[in-house]
Amino acid sequence: MFRILTREMLTPNICKMEVEAPRIAKAALPGQFLIVRPNEKGERIPLTISDYNIEKGTVTIVTQLIGASSAAIIATQEGEFFNDVVGPLGNPSAFVGMSDEELKGKKYIFIAGGVGTAPVYPQAKWLHEKGVAVDVIIGAKTKDLLIYKEELGSVCDNLYLCTDDGSEGFKGLVTALLEKLVTEDGKEYSQAVSIGPMIMMKFCTLTCKKLGIPEDVSLNMLMVDGTGMCGACRVTVAGKVKFACMDGPEFNGYDVDFDEAMRRLGQYKAEEAVEREKILK
Amino acid sequence: MAARIPRVPVREQDPKVRAHNFEEVCYGYDLAEATTEASRCLHCKNPRCVAACPVGVEIPEFIAHLAAGDIKGAAGVIARDSSLPAVCGRVCPQESQCEGSCILGVKSEPVAIGKLERFVADNSPVSESVQEIPEGAAKVAVIGSGPAGLACASDLAKKGYDVTIFEALHKAGGVLEYGIPEFRLPKDTVLKREIDEVKALGVKIETDVVVGRTVTIDSLMDEEGFKAVFVGTGAGLPRFMGIPGENLNGVFSANEFLTRNNLMKAFREDYLTPIHAGRKCCVIGGGNVAMDAARTALRLGADTTIVYRRTEVELPARKEEVHHAKEEGIEFQMLTNPVEIIGDEKGWVKAIRCIRMELGEPDASGRRSPVPVPGSEFEVPAETVIMALGTSPNPLILNTTNGLQSTRRGGIEADETGKTSREGVFAGGDAVTGAATVILAMGAGRKAATAIDEYLKSR
Repeated sequence: MFRILTREMLTPNICKMEVEAPRIAKAALPGQFLIVRPNEKGERIPLTISDYNIEKGTVTIVTQLIGASSAAIIATQEGEFFNDVVGPLGNPSAFVGMSDEELKGKKYIFIAGGVGTAPVYPQAKWLHEKGVAVDVIIGAKTKDLLIYKEELGSVCDNLYLCTDDGSEGFKGLVTALLEKLVTEDGKEYSQAVSIGPMIMMKFCTLTCKKLGIPEDVSLNMLMVDGTGMCGACRVTVAGKVKFACMDGPEFNGYDVDFDEAMRRLGQYKAEEAVEREKILK
Repeated sequence: MAARIPRVPVREQDPKVRAHNFEEVCYGYDLAEATTEASRCLHCKNPRCVAACPVGVEIPEFIAHLAAGDIKGAAGVIARDSSLPAVCGRVCPQESQCEGSCILGVKSEPVAIGKLERFVADNSPVSESVQEIPEGAAKVAVIGSGPAGLACASDLAKKGYDVTIFEALHKAGGVLEYGIPEFRLPKDTVLKREIDEVKALGVKIETDVVVGRTVTIDSLMDEEGFKAVFVGTGAGLPRFMGIPGENLNGVFSANEFLTRNNLMKAFREDYLTPIHAGRKCCVIGGGNVAMDAARTALRLGADTTIVYRRTEVELPARKEEVHHAKEEGIEFQMLTNPVEIIGDEKGWVKAIRCIRMELGEPDASGRRSPVPVPGSEFEVPAETVIMALGTSPNPLILNTTNGLQSTRRGGIEADETGKTSREGVFAGGDAVTGAATVILAMGAGRKAATAIDEYLKSR
């Protein structure tokens, strides 16, 4: 059992929780994820780690209300427990394995969308603490849905905001803002990292290709165990079948078959709709 | 003349009924049936059944207790050598081990040793208290709570060690929990009870710990004070065929399909786990896992076919499982091999393109190897495809532990006793050999427990 120490709704649909899990907190690195099973009858849900604190023995997760199981996660209150939290799973981000020498002179741009904004935080923080140049773009539909502004603002050199409706920051999509930064404002980046909805990452990849910026993406696929056992998270990367849980979750965006990944994400849509009905009853 | 009594048949759920539920297929013996069957044992001076048992259960001795109506005594005899009798009585391939070597089998039918073991296990009392671990006992970590780990942990606890099992999933049991279906091995009434017995020996089980991620063997030994480690992580990685269309929606590994249904209880209305069997399901493969997947899909409402590239004679599954599958209405498409999975415009499976096979020369395994018949391609309609092609060991432990050698086939290298290339680290079961049986894994776990005991005493 894993206790929830703090719980905060960041938007009407997005919830941030700090969970007591000392072993995971000690082992976690940027880029890795957890699997949470909120209660006995719930699913095992993969969630990217949004922060970790060794002293407090906690990990932070940010969950968006999508289906019945994410609803069960969000419904768990401060002081209550999750049945299971397992991790850290997957590989850390590529830069974690790089030497200071390799990181020297690099300029990172993170492109964050929706709930995918939260896991950018430990990555930007890690690089910023090493003195690596980090810019961050956060995108959302509208002002009220922008999350992690303060947190990310404190761990990067430049924070850029954009909303589809122009209610805050640049009016338009993250890809348009990235293009503007590079082509009009003369920004130069040696590495991009995109984390957000699959469709956003697909288009970020196209933009990065156009601008000639190498790019990694973080794939949050369907999973059962998260340790390579089920193969539900299969993705095609550079023409080869990879398991997002063991080979990822981060891959070179240029190589990812996003259309297949999007299709596979919808594999249980019909069954999930039935479950949702049951819950609502 | 005991041999004149025919083998007592075991009662089973009606195939037509059980094809629609997840309750156990076999009802097992009642006391009268069990004692009658027990009376058939000839009590050979040199019992071949004991030699054929990978954990060496003293079979004639427990049967003698049972024949005399002493169930508790029978259970005590089995417990000396096996920590999972209710499991083994159900899933062991007795026909090729104890029963396969029973002298009665030469002229008539062997004693139903498996069914007797099951009866004893199901009807013996459960422990009411947890054994105390002696103060200052050496700490041993067991990685994986499947058959190998449970057997190793039980023996070590009996020898007085302070044993902790680390399990990656949220429930203990390994393949017994996630792989073998409820209708062959009921979880709450049978498996949980046996795992509780292991805990009653003083063994601690920590779930939700992925060794290699949450902790490592190095951190367990260097920081958490474990003096020895047994790795019984099984063979959990699914194989795929590498044919076009394998990533279409509706193609699953048997591991995913079975884990959703067994561990995650998708078949139960009150659980949230989704599962998709479709109306027409093809299961590729011919082992026990293929039978389990097919029979699960059938119970979830799919018209199910097993596609296998050799003939029925070569099916690696137990005869009993094949027989049960047929009774329930599973179709078998033999000498058939998929070459491509065909999708609809939305990316969902709609058919499998297969090729006919014929048997050629025997291969290294002694089985005649299947050869495609040129120009014989045809399509089998399917909404779902389940790949049950075998599994291989997970490289996670090998990749995260200093000084562990691997075998050419990706397993952990270990000698007969389970000793690996790293001091204090032992391994056994599928993690070493690749996919095999529950009982062989238990045998390996027991051997390693003996070796760990010797190692710790010699230090």
